[in-house]
Order: sequence, then C-alpha cells, then structure tokens
Amino acid sequence: MTSLALRGVRVEYGGCAVVSNVDESLAAGEWLCLIGPNGAGKSSLLRAIAGLVTCSGDVLFDGGALDSFSARELARKVAFVPQNPLLPDDMSVSEYVMLGRNPFISTFGRESARDRRVVTSLVQELSLSVYARRPLGTLSGGERQRVVIARALAQEAPVLLLDEPTSALDLGHQQHALELVDQLRRRRNLVVVSAMHDLTLAGLYSDRLLLMHQGVAVARGSAREVLRSETLNEFYGVSARVIHADDGTVVVVPQRSPNEVQ
Amino acid sequence: MTTPTAFSEERAGRAVWWLLGGFAVVIVAVVGLMLGPAGPAWWRVPIALLDRLPFITIDSGVSDAQWNIVWQIRAPRVLLAALVGAMLSLAGASYQGVFRNPLVDPYLLGVAAGAGLGATLAFSVARDTTSTWPVDPVPLAAFVGGVVAVALTYTVGTAFGRSRSATTLVLAGVAVTSLATAIQTFVLQRNNDVVRQVYSWILGRLTSATWGDVRLVLPYILTSSIILLMYRRVIDVLRVGDDEARALGVNVNQVRVVVVLAATLGTSAAVAVSGLIGFVGIIVPHAVRLLMGSSNRIVLPLSMFAGAVFLIGADIPGRLLTSPSETPIGVVTAFFGAPFFLFLLRTREVRQ
Repeated sequence: MTSLALRGVRVEYGGCAVVSNVDESLAAGEWLCLIGPNGAGKSSLLRAIAGLVTCSGDVLFDGGALDSFSARELARKVAFVPQNPLLPDDMSVSEYVMLGRNPFISTFGRESARDRRVVTSLVQELSLSVYARRPLGTLSGGERQRVVIARALAQEAPVLLLDEPTSALDLGHQQHALELVDQLRRRRNLVVVSAMHDLTLAGLYSDRLLLMHQGVAVARGSAREVLRSETLNEFYGVSARVIHADDGTVVVVPQRSPNEVQ
Repeated sequence: MTTPTAFSEERAGRAVWWLLGGFAVVIVAVVGLMLGPAGPAWWRVPIALLDRLPFITIDSGVSDAQWNIVWQIRAPRVLLAALVGAMLSLAGASYQGVFRNPLVDPYLLGVAAGAGLGATLAFSVARDTTSTWPVDPVPLAAFVGGVVAVALTYTVGTAFGRSRSATTLVLAGVAVTSLATAIQTFVLQRNNDVVRQVYSWILGRLTSATWGDVRLVLPYILTSSIILLMYRRVIDVLRVGDDEARALGVNVNQVRVVVVLAATLGTSAAVAVSGLIGFVGIIVPHAVRLLMGSSNRIVLPLSMFAGAVFLIGADIPGRLLTSPSETPIGVVTAFFGAPFFLFLLRTREVRQ
C-alpha cells in the first residue's frame, strides 16, 4: 500500500532546476532518508512534498494529488519539521503543540475537547509533561526538538517530513531524537522522509537511502548499497572509509589523505 | 502538569481579562464624564447616570442644562476617545502580529499621510464653504485619502518581487508616505491661510466630538474590530513564521491581506474624526505584551480595552490643564508615548 508517491517531481527556482525527476514510492511505516552534499536539493524536495514550494510532476498522498488539497487538508496529510523552526520565546510548550491542531480548528473556531486531549496525550507520550507550561525560550536544544516533533505529530498526518532533525544536537540527543522518531513511526505507522547529513546515523535508522546530487537522485537503496566509498568520493568529493560492522551497521569514517582511499 | 484542567484554567483566565477590561473601560469612561470645565459638580454625575438607568430613580440635583453638558458635550467625546483608542491599539496589535514586527503601527502603510493629505485638500479647497455643507468634508476627505494611500502602498508593494515579502510592503509604505507628505507640503505652501487649521487637525482633536462623529465611525470601527478579533487565533499561529504557518494549514497571504485591510479601514475611520493621534498603536500593544506575554489571543482584545482606557485618560489632562483653550490630545499621547517608547527600546536591547 503506497502512502506517499513522487512521480517526476521537479522544483525550479528562477528557471533553474534544483530538483529534477525524482520518483519514489513509500508505504506506511517506511523511513526514507535523503542524503547528499549541501545544495543537492534535499530541503527543496521536502518543501515540495510539504506544499511550500510549487513543483511540477506529481506528489500523491494515498493517491490524492497535492494540488487537489486545500492548505488545511494538506496539513492533515503531511507534517513538516523545518531545520530551524521559529519558536516564539514566551509561548508555552502546550500552546506550541496546540498549533499543530490548527488544521482541525476552523479559522474562527476554538479548539475542541478532542484537540486538548490529543495535545495532552502527546505531551505525556513525549515526556514533556514537566515542561508543559514552560516558555519555549527556556528549553534546551534537545527539548526544543522534542517539542517541535510533538507539534508535528499533533497534526495526526500519516506523513512526517524532517529537515535535518539532528543538526543542532549532541551525539546523545541525536540518538534520542532519532529513536523517538523510529518508535513513533512504528507505533503510528508513519511515512517518514528526513534529510540528514550524518551518513552513519542515516543508514542506521532509515529503511532506505536516497542520495541526491545537483537535484538528481543518483543512488538509492539500503545503506550497504548506497554508502560506498566510490560513491561518496564521486558525489561528496571526499575520501571516506566505509566499514561494515558485524551487526550490519554501515559506518562512514572520514579520511585525511585522498591518496589512501581503499 | 498538562491536563485538560490546565487548558480550561487558561480559558477561564482569558474570560476574566475580558471582564476586567470591559470593567476598566466603564470606570474610566464614568470618570471622563465627571471631569471638565463647566457642568455639574463631579460627584453628581454618577448619580445622574444611575438616574437614567431603567427602573432607577434618584434625585441627582443635576439641572437639564448641566445634563446637556454631560450628555451632549462630554459623552460623545468620551465615547469617541474610547472608540479611536481601541481601534488604533487593536489595529496596531494586529499589524504587529501579521508582520511579526514589533515596530509597525497602523500608520505604517501610509494611512496617516494619506489622511493628512485628504484633510489638507479639504481645508484648502473648501475652506469658506464647509460650514454650509450638509456633511463635514474633512473626515470624509481624510478617510478617502487614507484608504487611497494604503491601496497605493499595497499595489506597489506587491507588484514587485514576491507578494509574501512584508519588507517590500513596509518600504512601499515609506515611499507612499513621503510622496503624500510632499504633496501636502506643496498644497500648504500655496494655501498659507489654512496652515493653522491643518496643523491642529494633524495634532489630533477630540474637542469638537459630536454624536454625529460617533455615528459616522461606529460602523467602520465595529466591523473592523470584529474581523480582527475573529482572526486573533490565526494571527497567533503566524508567530511561528510564514512557512510553518502555511505547513500548518494557514493561508498566510489571505490572512495578511484581510487583516491589513480591516485594520486600515478602521484606522482610516478613526483618523478621519480624530486627526493623527500618535503612538497609541505602538505603546498600548507593547505595554500589554510586557504585562501579559505575546500571545495574540490575549494581546488583541486587551489592547483594545487598554487603548480605550488610555485615550479616554489621555483626553482628561488635555481638558483640565489648559482650560479653556485645550491641549491637543496628540500632544498628550506623544508626550507620554515617546519616552515610554524609548524605555521599551532600551529594555528590549538589554534583554537581547
């Protein structure tokens, strides 16, 4: 059962294609990770799926075309966590998570008992109860990331898009955040599409990787298939050693001298 | 802990603020009715007001002539101050919300300069005949001038570049303001004799307020206020930025256009009858934010109440200090507003 399908998706800025002809199909519960150097078009592709930039080609949610949805309908299909979300300093955590209920509240309406229940249970599920009334400005990086994910989940959308969800976090918090996303997608059967820079983590958590270069999908498949030192050398212009650990983990280790690539 | 109770407490808290706000406006309005040159002794006024309520009869000792001063001179003035103050503050809070910029105010997009130009033209062209006209042309010309200026700003500001750029719109507002001011100065140079009239209009006036003025602006201010208040939850969603608000299902451009137009309509009406009363649209919402936090769901309605209280209050020293010739209300608000604004800027800088 395909939950999210991309057919020949193309994004242009001022006549210049930053994403061209991306095809992909994702079933409910699948996690696809977009990798590639800066400027490869990962964020643009995510923004196109979220309906924030216009694109040609088709983006289909359960077979329904993106263009056929109103902004509110689309917000119930797909939730987007940007790389640097703007968190108003003096907004409380529960107020912020409640923003995720916007697509369910009519423009001039007020939140219903159900909206409050959803927010309350999310805040508990993501262990944010202690912070519920804290202003966002007082939270640490890891807490902020959890709050933003909670807001996205409040949209109860089957598709979750994450743009660099771990870029501002330390090693421990990166892992916590990704574990959380992994649990949630299993529990709720979510399609997750994330753009990530840490290749080892990308391979570790996602089902599949899509390597982009200059807007084009140049490699796709499992971590084993995509993360090869020749591929990385070609598209990232780096020399890196790829180690296959005994447990199946693919580890990418940067190397200093380009002449010693193995 | 977040429980459903936490949310209902929040709502109950908001309801309390609506009640307190309304109560404060009534209290200050009664004080406004009590004070002023001529008229009955101040303490007799509340009794006379009670006497007018249905089912209550008290002998207030206020003569009909004295009551006329209260009801025909002071009452429209107090009510107009309340309407104008509420409108300018609510419009200011809304502008600041949709542009996510704490320094924008209702005059930003050229309303003030356009209305000033309109009023100047009305004074210059019709200076001898206005007294015999069926309608006073000055408020009408000011209203039209304000609306035209903002329409021009909006057309120019959205014609170039992407329409979502609020900065372009603000810059267009600056350009239109300069243009209107330049034309106004030119017209004034040609018509030296109306300078005094125009000047006193620009400084703001509630002196000559009549029930007719109240009736003239009430429909616009009421419509505008209802629209803005209805959008307060959505304006709050805009606090996370245009992109994220769009991802949350808000039609950002549409909301911005509707809010800006509603705020401009109300502001133009307010300016038409009261002249250019400065600083209200900036200092009142800011004071509310300092005390209550930045949630637009609370800032918008409270700014409205606080603006009404502030302007009724600001009108009182103007009447008493220099009676019988009065201090223009724009001078009073700027006198208190400018230092307060500097104080705010300073505290913001310290915090950042």
